[in-house]
Amino acid sequence: MAYFLRRLAFFVLTLWAAVTLNFLLPRLQPGDPARSILSRLGQNRSITPEQVKAIRLMLGIPNENLLLQYWHYLGSLAHGNFGLSYSNFPAPVSHLILQKLPWTLVLVGVTQIIAFVVGTVLGAFAAWRRNSRFDSVVSLTSTFIGTLPFFWIALLLLYVFSFVLGWLPNTGGYGGPPIQPGLNTLFLESAIYHSVLPAVAILITAPIGWIMGMRNTMVQTLGEDYIRLAWAKGLRSRRIALRYGARNAILPSVTGFAIALGAILGGQLLIEQIFNYPGLGNLMFQALSDRDYPLIQALFLFNTVCVLLANLLADVLYGVLDPRVRRGGSS
Amino acid sequence: MSDSTPQTSAPAGPIVAGLTPAQPESVPAHPVRARWVPLWFAVLWANGKARVGIVMLVGFVAVAVFAPVIEPHDPQSQSFDASLGVSGSNLLGTTAQGQDILSLLIRGTRTSLIVGLLGGVFSTLIAMLIGMVAGYLQGWVDEILSFFINLALVIPVLPLMVTIAAYSPVRGISLIIFIIAITGWAWGARLKRSQIITLRTRDYVTAARFAGDGAIRIIFREIMPNMTSLVVAGFMGSATAAIAAEAGLEFLGLGDPTTISWGTMLFWAEQGSAMLTGAWIWLLAPGIALALLITSLTLINFGVDALSNPHLRGD
Repeated sequence: MAYFLRRLAFFVLTLWAAVTLNFLLPRLQPGDPARSILSRLGQNRSITPEQVKAIRLMLGIPNENLLLQYWHYLGSLAHGNFGLSYSNFPAPVSHLILQKLPWTLVLVGVTQIIAFVVGTVLGAFAAWRRNSRFDSVVSLTSTFIGTLPFFWIALLLLYVFSFVLGWLPNTGGYGGPPIQPGLNTLFLESAIYHSVLPAVAILITAPIGWIMGMRNTMVQTLGEDYIRLAWAKGLRSRRIALRYGARNAILPSVTGFAIALGAILGGQLLIEQIFNYPGLGNLMFQALSDRDYPLIQALFLFNTVCVLLANLLADVLYGVLDPRVRRGGSS
Repeated sequence: MSDSTPQTSAPAGPIVAGLTPAQPESVPAHPVRARWVPLWFAVLWANGKARVGIVMLVGFVAVAVFAPVIEPHDPQSQSFDASLGVSGSNLLGTTAQGQDILSLLIRGTRTSLIVGLLGGVFSTLIAMLIGMVAGYLQGWVDEILSFFINLALVIPVLPLMVTIAAYSPVRGISLIIFIIAITGWAWGARLKRSQIITLRTRDYVTAARFAGDGAIRIIFREIMPNMTSLVVAGFMGSATAAIAAEAGLEFLGLGDPTTISWGTMLFWAEQGSAMLTGAWIWLLAPGIALALLITSLTLINFGVDALSNPHLRGD
């Protein structure tokens, strides 16, 4: 019980720290933040009074002291008020985020789950058949692909399959006007067709971390005394591999997986930008080029909170799966 | 858990021998380093993969240092026709802006190496300071510092990088190095903290404490030399990550687009629709250069692993 309470306390503290960091980031720049944001926005185009209003809404009244600003900021967060977007002015940023969320959730969620399963199985098998041909092929390929910049792989895929061969679409999440987003086959077909390239781009690199992690932990696990005992007892090798080895070796990966699932919501910034996929990563990129500060901040906060929640979940899960963590002290 | 002892004790061997004489503070640091550096390099060089990596890295450094001599044209100059193919004068063709791709590639080596070096050094320094102080002092200092380490570990890095870059009044290489340093130190800090916890109860530390040495001196003069392999490994990891992060950030347009680097080459290749015009070399070359540089660091890392884990030596 003490373990779970400690993890919960850590979650609350990190949540508070993330919220405070989010408050401080725009205010860390020298001078009046609102004025410097305004001057930067004015470089490219004229500023509308709405934008001034949105900036004031985000940063509070300029002459107010920092503590009061902080208090108001916490208050508006508690009311679920994350500010208004500059680029789509009256739209609340939370609305924009919810609009893009399903795209990222499906694309990155599905690919991460596939990557985790494939990676863990390959890693476990490579460790079980350590130093076999299978192991060296898997390890070498992972190391090799790991050295390639993953967004560059995405660029090449886009170039070859979309521009040269013309097999797959190069931009967007679904096709042209006759197609209406919603639960109709036309839209779903089009969406799947458009998601093939980004999904493949993610799936080429995403399993590597799981392969390496699982392989290393499992090699270590297989050297433990209880594995030797299991052999001595004459247990079948399949049982030793799965119930004794893999089952214990998968523990660190479970934590990693929960965190990866939380990080999904940030989207794959680079991948979504390259394929112009209408998800959260692309939204963040758009916000960045429009200097839409409330949107950038809301995305950052949203992302962080998701990762923190996932982390809490992972810690709890870890405590349930592995009684040693509950009893012993921290790592 | 059980295998942590051989890992830490073996690199410590020669140093402990050098430090054990009665008053540790009277032992000058120089002989320790002089004995350490050759061993450090010898272990790396003994590893076949690491040797290949070192040779590759030396090649990249040479290209970066002698860039103005090697490059066939001025990389800034836009005097060529746009999007030329391969020819005798432009071995890799030209960009849509009429720059020579080979010259850009050669000059871009500098940026990647500088960012890798400085990004790696700064994040390693932060990691050392926070991780080692936390692990050595323990108590409430450790509680607070560990909280920051864990916080930095869970905050998603890329969105944080983007948010910081969005607010920064300046754009450019120094901003990118700064962002990499303050977002990339947490893993290293955690590893160094856990290693110093196993080292802080050693006899030579106790001896130094009885001799009246202060905490900072014990951490950085007594314990740190015994952690060199971990520090080097941490630096290599951070440098690799820094090079990859730099390319990604420049590609997103978060850097100064006039800087010549592999990341900005890819940025311009995408902006200049290299894909539509079929300028595939423009797209391919910077990626291959990045991959080769990262490969060389990865290969050296195999040797660094052998440095921190004697079980791996001798293959």
